[in-house]
Amino acid sequence: MKFSIGPSLFFWPKADVEAFYQQAKQSSADIIYLGETVCSKRRELKAKDWLGLGRELAQDTDKQIVISTMTLLESPAEIVTLKKLCDNGELLVEANDLSAVQIMHDLKIPFVAGPAINCYNLSTLKVLIKQGMMRWLMPVELSGDWLKTILQQAEAENIRDQFECEVFAWGYLPLAYSARCFTARSEDRPKDDCKYCCINYPQGRKMNSREGEQVFVLNGIQTMSAYQYNLINEVNQLKDIGVDIARISSDSEQAFEQLDKFRNQLVEPKVYPLDGEQECNGFWHKIAGMSVA
Amino acid sequence: MELLCPAGNLPALKTAIDNGADAVYIGLKDDTNARHFAGLNFNDGKLAKAADYVHQRGKKLHVAINTFAHASGEERWKKAVDNAVEIGTDALIIADLGVLDYAANKYPDVERHVSVQASTTNLEAIKFFKNNFDVDRVVLPRVLSVQQVRQLAKTSPVPLEVFAFGSLCIMAEGRCYLSSYMTGESPNTVGACSPAKYVRWEETEQGLESRLNNVLIDRYQEDENAGYPTLCKGRFDVDGDVYHALEEPTSLNTLELIPELMAMGIVSVKIEGRQRSPAYVEQVAKTWRMALDRYKQSPENFSVEGAWMQTLANLSEGSQTTLGAYHRKWQ
Repeated sequence: MKFSIGPSLFFWPKADVEAFYQQAKQSSADIIYLGETVCSKRRELKAKDWLGLGRELAQDTDKQIVISTMTLLESPAEIVTLKKLCDNGELLVEANDLSAVQIMHDLKIPFVAGPAINCYNLSTLKVLIKQGMMRWLMPVELSGDWLKTILQQAEAENIRDQFECEVFAWGYLPLAYSARCFTARSEDRPKDDCKYCCINYPQGRKMNSREGEQVFVLNGIQTMSAYQYNLINEVNQLKDIGVDIARISSDSEQAFEQLDKFRNQLVEPKVYPLDGEQECNGFWHKIAGMSVA
Repeated sequence: MELLCPAGNLPALKTAIDNGADAVYIGLKDDTNARHFAGLNFNDGKLAKAADYVHQRGKKLHVAINTFAHASGEERWKKAVDNAVEIGTDALIIADLGVLDYAANKYPDVERHVSVQASTTNLEAIKFFKNNFDVDRVVLPRVLSVQQVRQLAKTSPVPLEVFAFGSLCIMAEGRCYLSSYMTGESPNTVGACSPAKYVRWEETEQGLESRLNNVLIDRYQEDENAGYPTLCKGRFDVDGDVYHALEEPTSLNTLELIPELMAMGIVSVKIEGRQRSPAYVEQVAKTWRMALDRYKQSPENFSVEGAWMQTLANLSEGSQTTLGAYHRKWQ
């Protein structure tokens, strides 16, 4: 099984992004995703900067570099940028909206279907394979059993070798996307005058219940889990059901430490008790996502 | 522009048609639709009756099969398509790519509408549905501004339907797992958001508390109106500020956009609320019918009447309405 570093979902200053990916290049990751997936107003790195960084990372390495693309695209300008990223001529692309699937299909270039593409069953998987999907990351709300069923069905229909399967295994979960910017709202600003305030919250803003329970993280137009999803104790289960890649999300530099811990589970499996007030694994076990099984 | 009204049962459907709906949309009695609530929706017998009632009056019936098919139960979604076609539905409203593929291949002559749950917000995504499933209509999610809808309407190869009134989903529909994060059940998988079985009300010293799967969603003082604890409409704490961090209890109302939507060539305005009563359907259908007819009679003199707004506000969450994402300032 391979391990990937997911795209950073937060808005960081350019220098921090570059430093993060230099570390990623030195890390034990097999695959590195990078690119803006949340908000097109985040322009510390523009499309050409992401592609430049991607190409730089791709030099002298056997790691696979993948450009991740936006999830909620609403304006023609965003589509223009998306096309530029898709047609980069070199790096693999992660599609997070059907617009990107359409563009990649037109370009006749294989692509990764990211977690925001609603693929819940084998028939949908087949539609996407026909479009050129070579790797599938299932929606984060689905369980291990659900995934196992689809992979077995794919096996039975002799198409399992036509795609790789990746699972979001560690980090704050991307849960929802809106027209509204909740970070701007938290500063009492309209989105059109957001002052790019997400940059002040490198890990988003915690949204707690009125009795102090951590509920969600506000990350611009994205809402995330307040707890870090953690499948550290399920690594060998992932491998056994045929998952090819486990994704560690780029929450912070902590990701690299997690990456090594996850990889080590294949060699010397250990049980790590999860902290129910910081971590969760409910989705995988078919219970409330925020719980620990 | 078609007035498309919701119906959760036969009385609501008849009320909608009798009060001016051009078309009604309904769901089957299982988890294949996004309003899968106890006591709601249509079994096979009722489905046929619904079709008869609508067709005898020259109106149209749309059947929503708009959750995502389960890995181990795809047959249920295909069966739902078969049933809807069998009773002569005029359109299938579908979100799942696999189900769309099935419908397009098996019933190429039955209209296919891309459900709002498919989260189609731009031209390339619309092309995807057109190219692959030759769809007849796309229902836009409630995340676009009026300007963005206008731009899309100019270039879209497929006619567009928009939400006009009702409970406001503030997230891109079909791309929200907040409910399953908190309860294990989401609109995509079970057809319900913040399901009632997880709701608990409790009178405490600090006020009336609403909880969803034990998470405190809101707490009300005596002079405040308590609303259903939809998880995105509660009051939460962000670094010491307690407020409606995501959205207030409010409903979408776009009466004032009628002239613009007409000018853009939007083919249908959809009223939300299959879970609401026949009385709700009656009021909303009647008000919207009046407004649309008034516009058609005399477009240049159209203005929204205060009484219409009042009627709709009274049917709304928190008795207030908003233009939602259509109005950029909301965003």
